[in-house]
Order: sequence, then C-alpha cells, then structure tokens
Amino acid sequence: MTRRSPAPSGRRGLHPGAWWLWAACMAGAASRTTNPILLLLIGGVVAFVVAARRTSAPWSRSLVVFLRLGLVVIVLRMALVVLFGNRLPGHVLFTLPHVPLPSWAEGVSIGGPVTAEALLQAFVQGLRLAVVLLCFGAANSLASPYRLLRCLPAVLYEAGVAITVSLAFAPELVISIGDVRDARRLRGRPVRGFAGLRGMAVPVLESAFDRSLQLASSMDARGYGRRVPVSRGARRWATGGTFLGLLLVIGGVYGVLVAGSLPGGGIPFVAVGAVLVGAGLAAGGRRTNRTRYRPDPWGAPEWLVSASGVVAVGALVAAGVLGVAGLQFSVYPLALPTLPWLAAAGILVGLLPARVAPVERRSTSPAADRPRPTDGPGRGSHPAAAPSARPVVAVEPAGADVPVGRTRGRAA
Amino acid sequence: MIRFEQVSFTYDGAARPTLDRVDLAVHEGELCVVVGPTGSGKSTLLRAVNGLVPHFTGGRLTGDVTVDGRSTRDFPPRELADVVGMVGQNPAASFVTDSVEDELAYTMENLGLDPTVMRRRVEDTLDLLGLHELRDRPLDTLSGGQQQRVAIGAVLTASPRVLVLDEPTSALDPAAAEEVLASLTRLVHDLGLTVLLAEHRLERVLPFADAVVLVPGRGAPLVVGPAAEVMAESPVAPPLIELGRLAGWDPLPLSVRDARRLAGGLRLRLDGARPPASAPVTGARLASAASVSVHYGEVTALDRVSLAVGTGEIVAVMGRNGSGKSTLLAQLAGVRAPTSGTVRVDGADPAGLAPRDLVARVGLVPQDAGVLLYGESVGAECSAADRDTGLVPGTTATVLERVLPGMDPERHPRDLSEGQRLALALAVVLAPAPPLLLLDEPTRGLDYPGKARLVALLAELAADGHAVVMATHDVELVARVATRAVVLAEGEVVGDGPARDVVCHSPVFAPQVAKVLSPDPWLTVDEVRAALLGEPVRG
Repeated sequence: MTRRSPAPSGRRGLHPGAWWLWAACMAGAASRTTNPILLLLIGGVVAFVVAARRTSAPWSRSLVVFLRLGLVVIVLRMALVVLFGNRLPGHVLFTLPHVPLPSWAEGVSIGGPVTAEALLQAFVQGLRLAVVLLCFGAANSLASPYRLLRCLPAVLYEAGVAITVSLAFAPELVISIGDVRDARRLRGRPVRGFAGLRGMAVPVLESAFDRSLQLASSMDARGYGRRVPVSRGARRWATGGTFLGLLLVIGGVYGVLVAGSLPGGGIPFVAVGAVLVGAGLAAGGRRTNRTRYRPDPWGAPEWLVSASGVVAVGALVAAGVLGVAGLQFSVYPLALPTLPWLAAAGILVGLLPARVAPVERRSTSPAADRPRPTDGPGRGSHPAAAPSARPVVAVEPAGADVPVGRTRGRAA
Repeated sequence: MIRFEQVSFTYDGAARPTLDRVDLAVHEGELCVVVGPTGSGKSTLLRAVNGLVPHFTGGRLTGDVTVDGRSTRDFPPRELADVVGMVGQNPAASFVTDSVEDELAYTMENLGLDPTVMRRRVEDTLDLLGLHELRDRPLDTLSGGQQQRVAIGAVLTASPRVLVLDEPTSALDPAAAEEVLASLTRLVHDLGLTVLLAEHRLERVLPFADAVVLVPGRGAPLVVGPAAEVMAESPVAPPLIELGRLAGWDPLPLSVRDARRLAGGLRLRLDGARPPASAPVTGARLASAASVSVHYGEVTALDRVSLAVGTGEIVAVMGRNGSGKSTLLAQLAGVRAPTSGTVRVDGADPAGLAPRDLVARVGLVPQDAGVLLYGESVGAECSAADRDTGLVPGTTATVLERVLPGMDPERHPRDLSEGQRLALALAVVLAPAPPLLLLDEPTRGLDYPGKARLVALLAELAADGHAVVMATHDVELVARVATRAVVLAEGEVVGDGPARDVVCHSPVFAPQVAKVLSPDPWLTVDEVRAALLGEPVRG
C-alpha cells in the first residue's frame, strides 16, 4: 500500500512529518526550561529556519499569526498578574487599589501591590508559552497541512479530512465575510457598526455552510469513504489497540515533559504505546483500500532534520538530569540569568534544517512560471489543443492570470 | 450506458416533481447535450446519474437509474466514482486538495489504484488537457478556464466510463471554451467515453453533439434524438439554428462550417442589403477611469486603463479569463479602490461613497450573483430591496416579472437555479434604476428567452439614458445589444470601438451569424430577418 511510485522528477520539499517532528522537539525543548535567554534562543532558531526554508504558499504566513498570538499571551499573562496579583514579595513597582471581595471568593484578590518579581515571573511563563506556540506556527508555515494529511495512516485519514476541512473553514470565513461586505455595500446596506454586523452573520454562515455541502458532495462523488468489508473482530482489535496505545503515549509524554514523574522518564511508556498504536492503525487500515499518489519519501534530509530536533530536546533533558545550573530561571535574586552552555549548544543544532532541508520547488507567483510568449502553455505539444488552434489570441496563457473565484481580489 | 426508467423525483417540500416519469437511454461513446429553459431540471437530471440525487439532496426518487449496469438504488455516489465522473457548475467549490497534481490524483487514491498507474495517468491527463505547466500551482491561483480543465482532469484520471458535466463552458472565454470542448470530443472519439453535459451556450456545444436531450420543464416529457431533429422544435436555440430556420435550411446545420455551405442562397437574397449602420452613441460622460492600475501582490490586474462611459452606451468588456474584466467593474462600482489612478462616477469617487449614496449611482451584479441575495424568500428579497433603496413597494417584483416571469415568490433564493438567482439579483440591482449599471457575466445560466428579455431590458435602459458596462464572454449577447466593445488583455485595453467593428474582425469574438455570412458584417438573426423582410422595398 505504501509502495513507492517511480522516482519523482524532482523533490517536492521536505517530508511534512519531518518538519512537524523537528518543531515538536523544539517545542519540547522550550517546555523544559524557563531561562529567558534559552527561550529566546529557541524562538530565534525556529524563526531563522522558517525564514530560510518557507515557501510562498498561503499557509507559510502562519508564523506571523502565531508570533502575534504569543505576544498576546505574554501581555495577557502580565496584565492578569497586575490585576489579580500573585503576592510574590519583593520590589514593589506600584500599588493598585485593593478591591475587597466577599468571603466566598477567598483566595482571589483584585488589586494590591505589584512587584517586579511577580511581573518578571509572569513574563517568563508567558514567554515559554509563546515560544511553544511559535514552534507550532513554524510547523504550520513549513509543512502544507494537506501534505501532512496525506501521510496519515489510512484508518485516520477520514478523521484527518474532517479536521483539515474544519481548519480550512477559517480562511473561507474571512473570504466569505469580504464577499458579503461587498454585496451589502452594493445593495446599499450599512457595512459598519452593529447593524452591519447583525446583517452579515447569517449570510456569512449560510455561504460557509453551502460551501461545505458542495465540498462534501464533491468528495462523495469522487469516492471518498469507500469501504472494504472487514470482520468485526478485526475492527474491535483495531479500535481497542489504538485507544490503549494512545493512552500509554499520552501518559509517557507527560512523563517526558514533567521530569521525575514516571520511571525511566516515561520513555518506555511511549515506546510500548507507539507499538500498540501502530498495530491498531495497521489493522484498521485494512478497512479502506486507499493508496497514495507520490508518497513523500523519507530520506537523508528527513533523518537529519528530525535528528537535529531530537538533539535539541535531548540536550535540555540531559541538562535537566545532570542538574545543570541556570536551566530554571528564578526571580530571587533579581539578576540576569546565566547561560547553560550545554543546553544552548543543543538548541543551536536545531538550526541544521536551514541548511539541509531541500527548497521546495512549488511556486505561487504566476509571474515565476509565465510561459515564454512564443510557445503558450504546452501549445503544440499536446494534440488536444490542436483543433482550437487560433493564431490571433493565444488560448489561456498560464501566466498573467489573476486568481479567480472566491479568492479574487483578496490577495491585496 | 446511462439508463433512466420511469424516473420521477420530487424535492422535499416541493409541490410538483422536478423530473416526471423520465425515460432516457444514453449509449456508449455518445456526446449527449442536455438543453432546456432555466430551472427546468437539467442539473437535477445530471446529478441523478451518479446518485447525488437523491442520496445527497434528499427528496423522493422513484423508478430506476442505472449506469453501466449499476443502479443508484444500490450504489451510493462514492461506489460509482470509478464509473461516473461528475464535474459541477462551480469547479472551485469541488476542489478537495490544494495543488493541481494532488487534485488530479485524489479520486484515484480513493479508488485504491496502484501508485505506478496513478503516476502514469496523472502525466497522461496533464498532457491531454494541457495542464503540465500548472502541475505545482496551488488551485486558488488558477484562472476560471484552468480550474475547469483541472476539474475535468480530476475526474478523468479515474478513467470513468461516463463523464457528466454541468455547464462546463459557461464561465469560460470563447477560446478556452473551445479548448475544453475539443478535449471532450477527443475523449469521446479516442477513448469511447460517454459524455452527458448540460449547457446554455448551445452555439458552443452543438457542433460536437451526437444527441440532444430536451428538458422542456414543468413536467413535460423529454425529447431525445439526433441534434438536428430536436433543435428544429426546441424552444431554446442558438443563433445558427434560428438563422437556419429563417432561411429554411433542411437539415439544420449544427456547425458554422455546414451553415456556410448552405448559405449561398441566403447571401444572394441579402445581396446589396447592408446591416443598419448604428450611429455611435455620444451621451454625456457619466463614468470614467483615468489611468487606473490595480495590483494584487505581484500580479498586475489592471495596467493604466483609461475608459470613459457616456449615457446611453452599452459597453461590452471582453477578453480572456483573468484579463482584468471583473477588476475593472469592481473599480467602477467602488468595491475596490485602485492602486493608482482615479475613478469617477457621476462626479464622485465611488470607493469613497456611503453604501446608500453608492446604490443611487452604480449598480453591480457580480459574477456569483447569489452573494447579493440573503432574503428568506424571493418575495422577501424583493420587498427588502424596495426598503433598502426607498422605492415604492412592489417595484422590484415588477422588474423581476419582466426579467423572468412566473417566479414563485415563496421559494428560497438558495433553492433557485443559477439562472433564476441571476434574474433575481438583476431585478434587485435594476429596481432603483442606477444611472450606471455594471454586469459581470450577466448571461451565465440564462436560457435564450431569458437572454432575449435581458437584451430588451438593457436596450430600454440605454434608451432612457442609463449607461451599461458588462463584462462578458457571450459574443452573441454582445452582438445583440452592445454599442461599444472594449477588449482587455493582461490588464491593458487592446481594443476599443463600435461593437460591430470589434467583434466582426476578431476570429475569437465573432458571433455565429457573422461567421456564416462573413465578409458581410451581419451580427444577429434579427438584422438578417429585418433585411429579408425589407427586401421587396429595396428591390
């Protein structure tokens, strides 16, 4: 089922799984430290790799979105500390008026003194979350969500399609809102303010719903969800195995992230769980006979990229086990954090993908593959075009086309 | 290959059946064209072939539909995916993946084909439909014609025995449409594919048709037969057929080439007569674009376009898919502001006007007319339009009755056919009688009577001193109503002049009558008819 197709003419970029593995490792590394220098280093490494290897595809802009989200997280976290206080003693920066709360809300306080220590701790905690978010943003920017979906095991494929379709819902919604705004303007109705908002919600949701129905009917007509009859026992084994395996993996990952909570750092749990999940998925996969077109190969670059991520997270885990100083940042005393060299070196290995990952040859710029004016889009090389050969106006040149349909005019 | 036996279908809640005791047999290797008035049930008929009706739409179907021996009673659409390839009206809405190559492979992946076979078929299809330059392109960067070809390719790779297409050329410029149709004929001839397609622009598809299925609508029985026979009786007929009827040709010619062979007598009868020289319309300037450029990222949609439109003019903006026609209309309508240059409508910048002031000056019917509609019913939509623009209640309903008579005011706009929706949107925009009327592909999904009503309406508006600018691929519409034609290419104006001069001298944009009677510059059947009737007077 996963037989390789004939050697592809050119590489189509790195395997999306490798990007996700690398990004997950970087996120794992970020979750093991609270040292702001290390956190900023991880963020920098991730951003650098994205800048070096991202394509011009629509999803490649998601890093910026996640960066903004991270900033919001930091600001929110600090604002909450200012508002509710966390009673960390230290240097008081300013004092907000204290609002007395009824006795049932004991433990919650509003206002009060705000210390530099409390603010700093909130900042570092926010920063850690922001860097983790940034890592996921990087994975989103570097790997096409559709191509990642194609790598899912057959049994998960259909659930995966549902997820992708729902993920695609957000950009669709944005486009749809633009369309409805234009339409309301053309009908002479208000587009701003509350009246505009109320009038737009229904048509926007309606058109999004319509679009989903159209997509669903198209997928059905094209064979999505065809089944091969499988015995009941096999189905049960597949479901049970996958479920148990996933439980083990989740427990094991907890052990990896929270040092010292499980024997062996949780790694044996992850391993056994992964085997179970694999077996369950393979058994479940027999229900569909889906094949893959040009499966993404897993070669040397994929190994290197994933290994660089594993080294980064490994260095931080090792530093934690060895008890290297400076891995965890403490606000007492208020001082610049020290830099643990082992961890920093490990994180820098995560830069490797910026060199070893192949550049994807996908181009979205119509100007880039504009055909030479003398020979149109394959004109003459394919007989289908011959009957309509018209010398005066070339038929449908591939370049120069403004995107049409739902996305027209929204590129700006 | 496709067999309908006593098939009746009623949508949930509908008063009368959309299909009523339909019997139909389409044989292997036939290219069969489904014709019929707007809203007569063509799309329903097509979607019943692979079971989307009723498996997906709901409703009640009786009788039996079989394709290649498989009944849609027993097989849901997904189990027929290897036999029937279905291409819908809006190809962009049917795309599941994000790039051309993946889209072509999608159906095959679901069918579980061998990777080696998949690879070969994708390469074959890329060549067959001229798509190999686009193989890595994301689907949303393609033009309409390219998207249509990808949608056809995406179902072809599964090598179905039957291909069902709903209006495959309605969104395409004449040249791209011919390319798609040429590909289809090739598939029928070389691969023995059975093709069932519905199309309103019969002038484009009839030359390729083996058989015609006429769906008269309103429960009347289907008429099936060879194209020439069915068209002799059809209420919807392209100009070529009408010319043939006028000249009394038998059998009716289906292609321009056949017609030219028969046209000798007609040319003699027309000898000496000239089409009426239309005086150039020189109204007061109503709208203008001065050196307008629009850029979307790296793409230049309009490049220093200057255009002035006067009252009483009907300007047709033509050009291939993606040449900037819709962008130009969006500028004039104030939906988008230009990157550089100035737009003036009635002395004001439309992009800066409040919605209420805007509709008093400009009305635009966009390509996807449905976006203008969000009422609960046709009637509600009409009264909402009256309220929005401060008209006497009932005005919009009256206009609608003129554009498409007999529409049920209780129906929901989403349940209307593409053509009916367009008619409703037209009525909504036309009702406040804006001085400048902009139409983007106004005949998409409209039948010939609908087009004739539109033409009459536009001519009347122009006579009243309105200006009309329409972006269209429909050369027959341009021939009948436009006073001036502007040709865009790659965002630049490459031709601007009286419609007759522009279309007659272009091999792509020439209407059928002009092709048959060239070098004489006749454009429409009506002109020829008038000249023939006037013959004795002049003789």
